[in-house]
Amino acid sequence: MIELHDVSKTYVLKGRGGGIARTVPALKKIDFHVPAGRIHGVIGLSGAGKSTLIRCVNLLERPTTGTVTVDGQELTGLSRAALNQARHRIGMIFQHFNLLTNRTVFANVALPLELMGVKRAEIQERVTPLLELVGLADKASQYPAQLSGGQKQRVAIARALASRPKVLLCDEATSALDPQTTASILALLRDINRKLGLTILLITHEMEVVKSICHRVSLISDGELVEEAEVGDFFTAPRTQLGREFLNDFLKLEPPRALIERLEETPGTHSHPVVRLAFSGDAVSTPLVSRLARECGVDVSILQAKVESIQERTLGLMIAELMGPAEKTREALAYLESHDLHVEVLGHVQRDA
Amino acid sequence: MSSAMLDLILEATLDTLYMVAISGVISALVGIPLGVLLYVTRPGQVLAQPVLNGVLGVVTNIGRSIPFIILMVAIIPFTRLLVGTSIGTNAAAVPLTIAAIPFIARLVEGALNEINPGLVEAAQSMGATPWQIIHKVLLPEARGGIFTALTVTIVTLVSYSAMAGAVGGGGLGDLGIRYGYNRFNPTIMLITVAILVVMVQGFQSLGDYLVRKSDHK
Repeated sequence: MIELHDVSKTYVLKGRGGGIARTVPALKKIDFHVPAGRIHGVIGLSGAGKSTLIRCVNLLERPTTGTVTVDGQELTGLSRAALNQARHRIGMIFQHFNLLTNRTVFANVALPLELMGVKRAEIQERVTPLLELVGLADKASQYPAQLSGGQKQRVAIARALASRPKVLLCDEATSALDPQTTASILALLRDINRKLGLTILLITHEMEVVKSICHRVSLISDGELVEEAEVGDFFTAPRTQLGREFLNDFLKLEPPRALIERLEETPGTHSHPVVRLAFSGDAVSTPLVSRLARECGVDVSILQAKVESIQERTLGLMIAELMGPAEKTREALAYLESHDLHVEVLGHVQRDA
Repeated sequence: MSSAMLDLILEATLDTLYMVAISGVISALVGIPLGVLLYVTRPGQVLAQPVLNGVLGVVTNIGRSIPFIILMVAIIPFTRLLVGTSIGTNAAAVPLTIAAIPFIARLVEGALNEINPGLVEAAQSMGATPWQIIHKVLLPEARGGIFTALTVTIVTLVSYSAMAGAVGGGGLGDLGIRYGYNRFNPTIMLITVAILVVMVQGFQSLGDYLVRKSDHK
């Protein structure tokens, strides 16, 4: 439904006082595809190029190179007028809602229909159900200034849906909202995705958003997509360092500080490995720790553990120290790996024997 | 005070109102679109035309930098061409209008500049054409600012119109100078000033009311 091929965007900054112009690459050769009906998240730190990426999809930013195709139509090849027509089929919502302050809630939702030249009577018929869908039918004649942040975003969602788009772009749509409001907006988006079969592309810096509604996620760093995975896989086993940082930050699963200071990279004579284990699916219900103790003869000291449910999957995470002689702990690691667990050795900690 | 004097004051008041009304309406009709043009042709805006924007900017600045009293006499030939005479209220309305156009334009440009650029971006994402952005987003969103701009302009026109006496334009300023100052009649002077104060106050209150009524920020 959304296809970016070889998209780059380079900004040219004029040097001060007639100096040499500097070019800043914001996106580097992005290839990217979101199938119809899916919710795809792009996560990254600020300045990574997320905003530029999502703005390239409806050409609010024109890519320097590459092609953008939405619903089978190559937007990058369209004339101004044809692009405006195509944009009617791509809704967009923003971090700061961007509602017109001098229009009522009703008139805000009606705006895209007015732009399309829809007749007044039909506008009336189409706006009311949308306000009902987002739960604001009673606020139709109020002005945005009278609404809360969450209500404003609901109006913005209704407005984005008014033209019956096939694609919805969400630019940090929940970043200005508190956690409860965020949850309710995300629930609404999920609902819309299911009911209307709308394809949703969202950018965010919050793992919570990815976890709660995305099917698939891309990680953007420094203008490049460095990792892409199904959300369940990403939360179990991110492949990049940045992905792991996002995950650890989200799960707040770090070894205790006192231990980190004592961690060494290489094993010593009397050292024990400290491992981070991630397990999903069947492995969650396996009595792992006691089996390790029985079958490999090592003791397991659990430093931290957490069970998360990510969409329909259950994900267990644990930081543990494997205590025993070196050959036993090596065996234990091999055992864990053979049981479909994601094992990462964080370091070794020296024990006085 | 004689009834002839009262008639004079009444006539001068009407002259002032007439000059302000004519120049206010015409300068708004020209100045608001010019202000919009100054804004939308800026680099990065919906109808970016850097060269046109530069030219308009310079012309506007020239208009704003000429002292009104000089403008009034400098354009006498143009005034004559336009209204057939260089004296009277109609003749005074011409330089008033010409002075007010760039004034309004810059104020309107400033009002548009206050609009959150995200609103324009949102409209673009909905496939709005530049014209639709102007009349569905920019003008309605700047409505309060535009009413403020018009109020400031009208008040300025009231005070500028007092100089219209210099080209035989009549009005309260002219009356104050001729009777109050030249003939040492402090009562007339006070009355004309008092009427001007009331007039300005009235316009300001009306303007404030319209701003309050039209703005939902």
